[in-house]
Amino acid sequence: MAATTRQKSGWITANTVTILLVLIPVVWIASLSFKEPSTITDPTYFPKQWTWSNYKGIFTSSEFTRPLLNSIGIGLIATFISVVLASLAAYAVARLKFPGKKALIGLSLLIAMFPLISLATPLFNIERQLGIFNTWIGLIIPYIAFGLPLGIYTLSAFFREIPWELEKAAKVDGATPFQAFVRVIAPLAAPGMVTTAILVFLFCWNEFLLAFTLTSTIAARTAPAALAFFTGSSQFAVPTGSISAAAVVITIPIIIFVLFFQRRIVAGLTSGAVKG
Amino acid sequence: MTARTEVVTTGEPKVTERKHRRQLSEGAKAERRLGWLLCAPAVVVMIAVAAFPIIYAVWLSLQRYDLRFPNQAKFIGFSNYGAVLSSPYWWHALWVTLIITVVSVAVEFVLGMLLAILMFRTIFFRGTVRTIILIPYGIVTVAAAYGWQYAWTPNTGYLSALFNNSAPLTKTGTAIAIIILAEVWKTTPFMALLLMAGLSLVPEDLTKAARVDGASAWQRFVRVTLPLMKPAILVALLFRTLDAFRIFDNIYILTQGSNGTYSVSILGYDNLFRALNLGIGSAISILIFICVAIIAVIYIKIFGAAAPGTEG
Repeated sequence: MAATTRQKSGWITANTVTILLVLIPVVWIASLSFKEPSTITDPTYFPKQWTWSNYKGIFTSSEFTRPLLNSIGIGLIATFISVVLASLAAYAVARLKFPGKKALIGLSLLIAMFPLISLATPLFNIERQLGIFNTWIGLIIPYIAFGLPLGIYTLSAFFREIPWELEKAAKVDGATPFQAFVRVIAPLAAPGMVTTAILVFLFCWNEFLLAFTLTSTIAARTAPAALAFFTGSSQFAVPTGSISAAAVVITIPIIIFVLFFQRRIVAGLTSGAVKG
Repeated sequence: MTARTEVVTTGEPKVTERKHRRQLSEGAKAERRLGWLLCAPAVVVMIAVAAFPIIYAVWLSLQRYDLRFPNQAKFIGFSNYGAVLSSPYWWHALWVTLIITVVSVAVEFVLGMLLAILMFRTIFFRGTVRTIILIPYGIVTVAAAYGWQYAWTPNTGYLSALFNNSAPLTKTGTAIAIIILAEVWKTTPFMALLLMAGLSLVPEDLTKAARVDGASAWQRFVRVTLPLMKPAILVALLFRTLDAFRIFDNIYILTQGSNGTYSVSILGYDNLFRALNLGIGSAISILIFICVAIIAVIYIKIFGAAAPGTEG
């Protein structure tokens, strides 16, 4: 069934429109970040005069570099712990029979749907009393908890697909249980774990409400929350350029992830949703 | 049964059914213990961070607890709930939240379906489209929201310039429309990906058979494809509805809830962290939690959405 010319041009138009709708707002932030502070109030889409000064400004101020570091550190630690704990639970969910499995899935589903604001107050109060308010730990622990449902959900869908008979086969061929796990199962499970790690990291990187309410200084504030506190390179400058530059900087890792792991992200997002 | 319970001393050849069953159940017991052991760390963290604090929030919501006057903290029953439910601010916030939720989920569903079909059927730059649409999904909401805010700021934004240098973020109606726009732009790709996964499960033969029977493209879509996609559709709608109901980031950056654009989450935030009234703030938090639970129950009980992960 060859596509007619009209169909062809229809698809091409639809694709082009989609790509433009996605890119126009993204390119706009980038182009704002390259505008001279004096021309920022000039509402052209592209800058008339290009400058790196906004980037230089944010990278010479700890108001942005420290939160960026916090974002990376908190994100990586929370993602790592979350994926490890979720793997254990997901293995149990996918492979073992035990009562309480439904309760576990129910609990994680409940948490995935939790309105974060409902937790912001009690966590704020509890963390102040425990002395972990405005610390990395104070954000890492909630992020682990919210990464877990996503992790358990995605990983158990992945683990169900692994041909576990291979493990037995390897043992029959004389492999020790450890060898069977490392040589046979781990390589099969790795893609699912990488995918899950990406999704959990994106969640931590993106999270705003807790980062905003459970921190009070740049000691633990992550980049998205720090943006809301930007004051500009000088007291009198409008922070538009700096905020845009910072927005571009925190978007770059996402674009890299997306370009490298496109297939995995799609597989992870849709794994549990349709197969059940 | 008693006749068959001779004690087996010499082992394997004479294993009785009863003994066999007991061995199985011992294996099952070990499996059970391993299962619990593996789940324990995850469960402990989730209970510590979510279940316990929500109970604590219930307790806080029954107190008069103002951080500015911590010494006057006192148990006052359901008065906070009475105060919230009789306040016009709560009903306004709920109304705004419902409008944003319903409109954005409806628009996302239609656009997401179109996008899913596009990604599924198109022959030209399919890979490019699939990659590009992940950018809005992945982009930090706050970063994207600043982009929209500046775009609609007079004397700064290209969109504002397009509309006679207007300031739509300062008027309730247009501001809510922009909040919905930001929300739709960001989350339509997510909806589209879930729907595309559903589309890929529709067997090609069925649509072909319908075509042979003379069904038009629209009829094939409505009568064959949609019903088969129902589980995927309901999961996508459930996820997005609950997510949209919690909306915070976009509103906070775009308007900070000014000019009557505050959602229930923004109202909760204002009472907790600006007014420092933990009692009222917690009551709002619990009410939001109840609303979310009601939405989930409606989807699962009435529409029959399978709670994802419960079967299979």
